[in-house]
Amino acid sequence: MSPRASNSLFLHRPGTLQASLRRIRALAQKELYHILRDFRTLAIVILMPIVQLVMFGYALNLEIQRVDLGVLDYARTPLSRQLISWFEGSRLFRVFSMDGSAEEADRLFRLRRLQAVLVIPPRFGEEVERRGFSTVQLLVDASDPNAGTLIRDYSRRVVAGLASEKTGSQPLLDFRPTILFNPDLKSAYFFVPGIIALVLVMISALLTSITVAREREMGTLEALLATPVRPHEIVVGKVLPYAALALVDAVFVLAVGVLLYRVPLRGDPLLLLLLTAIYLATGLNLGLILSTVARTQQVAMIMAMVTTLLPTLLLSGLIFPIASMPGWLQALSYLVPARYYLLIVRGILLKGSAWAHLVQPSLVLLGMSLLLLAVSARRFRTTLEV
Amino acid sequence: MTRASADRWEDGAAIQTVELTRRFGSFVAVERVSLRVRRGEVFGLLGPNGAGKTTLIRMLCGLLSPSAGSAFVAGLDVARAGEAVRRRIGYMSQRFSLYPDLTVEENLTFYGGVYGIRGKPLRTRLEEVLAELALGPFRESLARDLPLGYKQRLALGCAMLHEPPILFLDEPTSGVDPRARRSFWDLIHRKAEAGTTLVVTTHYMEEAEYCHRIAIMDSGKVIALGSPTRLKEEHGCESIQQVFLKLLRGDGGSTWQTPRSPSGESGVLGS
Repeated sequence: MSPRASNSLFLHRPGTLQASLRRIRALAQKELYHILRDFRTLAIVILMPIVQLVMFGYALNLEIQRVDLGVLDYARTPLSRQLISWFEGSRLFRVFSMDGSAEEADRLFRLRRLQAVLVIPPRFGEEVERRGFSTVQLLVDASDPNAGTLIRDYSRRVVAGLASEKTGSQPLLDFRPTILFNPDLKSAYFFVPGIIALVLVMISALLTSITVAREREMGTLEALLATPVRPHEIVVGKVLPYAALALVDAVFVLAVGVLLYRVPLRGDPLLLLLLTAIYLATGLNLGLILSTVARTQQVAMIMAMVTTLLPTLLLSGLIFPIASMPGWLQALSYLVPARYYLLIVRGILLKGSAWAHLVQPSLVLLGMSLLLLAVSARRFRTTLEV
Repeated sequence: MTRASADRWEDGAAIQTVELTRRFGSFVAVERVSLRVRRGEVFGLLGPNGAGKTTLIRMLCGLLSPSAGSAFVAGLDVARAGEAVRRRIGYMSQRFSLYPDLTVEENLTFYGGVYGIRGKPLRTRLEEVLAELALGPFRESLARDLPLGYKQRLALGCAMLHEPPILFLDEPTSGVDPRARRSFWDLIHRKAEAGTTLVVTTHYMEEAEYCHRIAIMDSGKVIALGSPTRLKEEHGCESIQQVFLKLLRGDGGSTWQTPRSPSGESGVLGS
């Protein structure tokens, strides 16, 4: 057999776009085999985000329920009993009547048996009859400030409700807040989109960071680089299949959010999916950059977790409002893709936002993913010389 | 392609290096190596670990850029026409870099796709390679399940699927049993007879005898170059092994290790 000319097997000129797409297709197809052959990883990739969403969703619940409220009723009048029954009637409190003293209350606070104590003074009721008003005291355990504030506000509403019923008079100013988009102030509405943002960026960065590190460990990356494949073709060929996988994850996670946590989906699901794809691209491309730094799969995994988990959790507005951060942290938060995705996902789910409302964050995300893609293709070229 | 480089290809030099040098910091891995490999030649690179064989091969494949000097492969300047060079060469790395979770056929098909071969030409070529390397019975097997000798063949198959005129084989026989090594060298010779140029590194010294010409490297430098027969005559030795030892005695600060044999064979350099 005599050797054919080296190019006889090429139907097209190797420099053309068509040849490039052909190489990308070969790379993507190979990557797809890796994904489908490795059932364990596939199961983890599909199940992990759902498990995370379920776990975080229950753990990150800011709503408080069943506050243990002790009552020290020194008055024992019909009015004081009526006040207590109003507290009992609310869903928030479990009421315990106490016989003891204020010292007893202090002891129970320290034992964490009670979160609040209502003190009704001896002349309560009598005073109301005589002077038209009286005072009750509320002691609140504010070692959890958020819960303390909630208990205080809720108690104030209970007391005010009884008071206005008794006097029957019109208050001077009638304050009527209307809570938009989340009328019941359910924290699931707030957290589920956040967790979706967190889970998606984590999984996408993990996926791509591991895939290149694995090729490096196996030595196949070197073999690949001795072929006419160009660095950006490797990058695109790797991102495409994992993008599809991450998008499947996104659909699952969104479905769990809507079905299990009853988060509404008021906007266009297709728009949400499209913008989610752009967000996923930032994670996937970040993972690629990490893989050019990490030498082993473990290092890649840890780097992906560190660069996605904490910034997303702390700096995106997922838990802590960005407005209440110090200036330099606010500046940093502009670098976190989840910051923009949260505007998108909360907007579409809760407010029914349309494309016109989301142009700005979408463009920022798109710019970020393109920048990260360019950096990873560039780093690929320069760092593979080892 | 410049006129000069085209001439180099036409006049029979598959590979030519001029003072090729690679430094890593202050360490000189390859020092001013000037070589000429003829077309259709089986050229052996011998030397202990760290001698610079792999670094040299990687520069020739365009995986590593030289610190100084130049390299022409298939008549093309590697520094300037890296991609064109990579289309004309096949590279089999030390570690038989295969995808373990892909079958034999899928590994080959993947490399076909990477070189832009598909459809009917790919199917034809696939059958040729499977037959040539006797891999037919294993076509549906996952690469990870193959015996080492067949992994080695598959790695060669992946490197030669696109019919490159030049093949670089870095330690292709390391760790493989003597019978598989013997038949692998038969394959190499069949490729050479068909006109392919092969550059092969090895640390099994008796394998030097299978090469048309060898270059012995130590500490980044070529310390001997020629056909095995000529080198033995020049140094008055019976075997290449003895040539090694003689060169070693002449050069005080060498890193040669005592020959040892993991597979019950004589004449193995430190691994």
